[in-house]
Amino acid sequence: MGDKQGMGETEYAVIGGGLVGLAVAFGLQREGRRVTVFDEGDVAFRASRGNFGLVWVQGKGVAMPDYARWTRLSAALWPDLAAELEAESGLDLELRQPGGFDICLDDEELAAGEARLGALRARLGGDYPFEVMGHNRLRRMLPHIGPKVAGAIYGPEDGHTNPLYLLRALTAAFTRRGGQIVSGPAIQDIAPLGSGFRIGRAPGWRAEKVVLCAGLGNARLAPQVGLDAPVKPNRGQVLICERVKPFLPYPTAQVRQVGEGAVQIGDSKEDVGFDDSTTPRVAAAMAKRAVRIFPMLENVRVVRTWGALRVMSQDGHPVYDRSQTCPGAYLVTCHSGVTLAAGHALRLAPWIAGGEPPVPYLESFSAQRFAVSPAA
Amino acid sequence: MTKNVPLIVIGAGPAGLGAAAEAAGAGVETLLLDEQPGPGGQIYRAIARSDAARRALLGPDYARGAALLPALESGAVDYRPGANIWQITPEREVYFTRDGKAQVLQAARIVLATGAMERPMPFPGWTLPGVMTAGAAQIMLKSAGTVPQGEVVLAGSGPLLLLLASQVLDAGGRVAALVDTTPRGSLMAALPHLPGMLRAPSTLKKGLALLARLRRAGVPHYKGAGDLRARGTEKIEALRFTAGGREYDLPCALLLLHLGVVPNLQITRALGLAHDWDPLPRCWRPRLDSWGNTEHEGIAVAGDGGGIVGAEASEHQGRLAGLQAACQLGKLNPADRDAKAAGIRRALAAQRAARPFLDRLYRPAEAFLDPPDNTLVCRCEEVTAGQIRDFVRLGCLGPNQTKAFGRAGMGPCQGRFCGLTVSEVIARARGAGMEEVGHYRIRPPIKPVTLAELAAMDPDDTGPEGGFDRDDAA
Amino acid sequence: MPNDSPFRRLPEAGRRAVTIAFEDRTLPALEGDSVAAAILAAGIATTRHTPVSGAPRGPFCMMGVCFDCLMEIDGEPNRQACMVEVREGMRVRPMMGARGLSEGSADD
Repeated sequence: MGDKQGMGETEYAVIGGGLVGLAVAFGLQREGRRVTVFDEGDVAFRASRGNFGLVWVQGKGVAMPDYARWTRLSAALWPDLAAELEAESGLDLELRQPGGFDICLDDEELAAGEARLGALRARLGGDYPFEVMGHNRLRRMLPHIGPKVAGAIYGPEDGHTNPLYLLRALTAAFTRRGGQIVSGPAIQDIAPLGSGFRIGRAPGWRAEKVVLCAGLGNARLAPQVGLDAPVKPNRGQVLICERVKPFLPYPTAQVRQVGEGAVQIGDSKEDVGFDDSTTPRVAAAMAKRAVRIFPMLENVRVVRTWGALRVMSQDGHPVYDRSQTCPGAYLVTCHSGVTLAAGHALRLAPWIAGGEPPVPYLESFSAQRFAVSPAA
Repeated sequence: MTKNVPLIVIGAGPAGLGAAAEAAGAGVETLLLDEQPGPGGQIYRAIARSDAARRALLGPDYARGAALLPALESGAVDYRPGANIWQITPEREVYFTRDGKAQVLQAARIVLATGAMERPMPFPGWTLPGVMTAGAAQIMLKSAGTVPQGEVVLAGSGPLLLLLASQVLDAGGRVAALVDTTPRGSLMAALPHLPGMLRAPSTLKKGLALLARLRRAGVPHYKGAGDLRARGTEKIEALRFTAGGREYDLPCALLLLHLGVVPNLQITRALGLAHDWDPLPRCWRPRLDSWGNTEHEGIAVAGDGGGIVGAEASEHQGRLAGLQAACQLGKLNPADRDAKAAGIRRALAAQRAARPFLDRLYRPAEAFLDPPDNTLVCRCEEVTAGQIRDFVRLGCLGPNQTKAFGRAGMGPCQGRFCGLTVSEVIARARGAGMEEVGHYRIRPPIKPVTLAELAAMDPDDTGPEGGFDRDDAA
Repeated sequence: MPNDSPFRRLPEAGRRAVTIAFEDRTLPALEGDSVAAAILAAGIATTRHTPVSGAPRGPFCMMGVCFDCLMEIDGEPNRQACMVEVREGMRVRPMMGARGLSEGSADD
């Protein structure tokens, strides 16, 4: 581990040491590749450290069924990833996949959710599990819901994990397998060479292959290697409350109780550019909603709020691509680094390592889909 | 609709009281918010209800705080104690809860006078019940009228330790031992700063008098002590340490620690202001101009919260910030401001001249900056120095990464008591400087706030712009 | 009451005596005391057991910074005992690990 970039030589350079980069890097190292991860310093826009920790299926890919398929595959692979990482790192990732609830405060919301997921189910030929529960039925599973809750949509494949332990376990497992992490200022320059790439300013590092996992940084890096990464920031805020005794055995899209007992409340969505600060107004609205869902939380104290920037493509779906003009350059970007970690490590990385595409629909995730048709 | 206030002063210690008095005196409508139940901050704690006997016991450096009270008593300043301030935005909205009611005010200007807190003094066992800060014992003396008794051991370094020991003796108490961790050679190292110290001769004289007082009372004084370990299961039973090549194990019912004080930076950090590392006193301070202005328009800092200066200098800085606020609010023209400031600046300079000597003399021993592996550095989440070093080995460069890896700084104190130590440990483990390692990014709320209190800040039920995330919660 | 507190009270005039309930004991206090000061003066060292390891903790900073004096005060968990002034009849209990949640109001 070094904290000066300097110069060196590697087979695979993974740009970005967040959950996406580390999952891919771990997966590549696992395939027997020699991998160096280039990470930023202590203070950076880090989606991986501000996320909600859901391993979440329901609702993903309503507008792109292949994304729904890919998400379900990753969620199904998660127990394997967790077991492997736990064995290698000694950490408990607190993975639980008991199914999860998207709680709706009024009938309109519930009906809209049902319509959305019903349409997705139809497009997937009926293979898409979810259940719509009204207030009374939901109350039997979540006895503490408030009187104003209309109901919820239950997704049997949903779950949650500790995203910070995931990050640490990936780091530990990757470095234990001989992977190297080089930290320092963000990589701004990548130059294709006759064979391979130069990483960073000259003299820089030399890599045979490069995988862009730099989140929002990909937008700038991708064109340098013949790729396109049209991603923009989208701020999410999370409230973190003091530890309480266990009261919530299922994750919900709005509130979850983490392993050590703290209650997390999320998740707002704002288009505010590169600003990961937190705002009291949003926090207030989130608090209000959480108390409507679980009234007994009203006297629970918020100890911290988090703002983090999601990495959003135009349609909100991942972008996986391989450069046509600069062979050996890959792009991996998404905003669901936790949910997709298993897919990235156990399926996508073997493809980047030279294997066959992991799923027949991989092409769907190419940035080609954003190409503007010439008609005006 | 958020209520507008021309000036909000945060903190009713010497700096805040000085700022409020000066601004109100110039005709500025001034609101003074403080989390404590009475004015005075920690140094003049409970000054408003202290009687003559208490003031005599605590000495003239305490009693002089009474001179700051008239502006409150006359009603010139709108003083609201018991205000739990949980967020201040760069746009100068002040969110706080008082009497169970959450509220927000919009200030045209803010003076932050959040004062100092004890420097963490981590060593194995420092979390046991019965181990407290020396400042805590002084707060009890001032506010509850209690004096330490029985097997009382004072450990650490710095003038407050001597002052507290002397006050305990004056109140008829007993000090079982003074375990002085000031590294040998500190006096020699501080001597180059002596000329500055001599510009504030009373400070030097006071220090020497305190030492003489302890000697006369026969308080055992262990110099150059190190390798501290507090022993006990349910509470402290003994303090082990080495001094002069010998190992000691002193029975102890109350252990009072002191290693100097450091600025309380939670608000300036949460505001995202620039902070600089001050190598001599080994702490951070916000970047300020000579009036105390920060880089955020309309937000100033005065007193120990901007770098440790002591009570008198804090009051001077408060007055300067108060004058500047009055000037910017159009209640004082620049010429009058400068005329009033001139004398204050002279007094301030004399006070500050003594700091380098004191900072060097009482620089904390290395073992407290970079404690042994088995020492809890994060009291809340129970993270040890050894774990922090492990995270550095895993690749962490700074405290925000170690926080993500091991929760240090994520507990209810929000990093107040571990921030300095964690960064010092990382700096040494990496062989990097403190500026390079940095500090925790402090996130609001700066004090825990209930969901109901937060929810009350969304009265019109608008919700966040852009709506809640339904499909994409990752 | 026998008291092995490491703190002794100085003679005091003008502050009213109050009593507070600590678990099943009644403790003397003076108006203006913080809860933390009152229990320390009454010889109680431990305010909480941590939710992390269960280790005992007592008041440390007495100025609202360290959060080691978290107690249940009048039914409300995790309050900073050094920041709350005593009131006649106040009910105080140590925090034993993580707080619980109760349906309905916090005052049971």
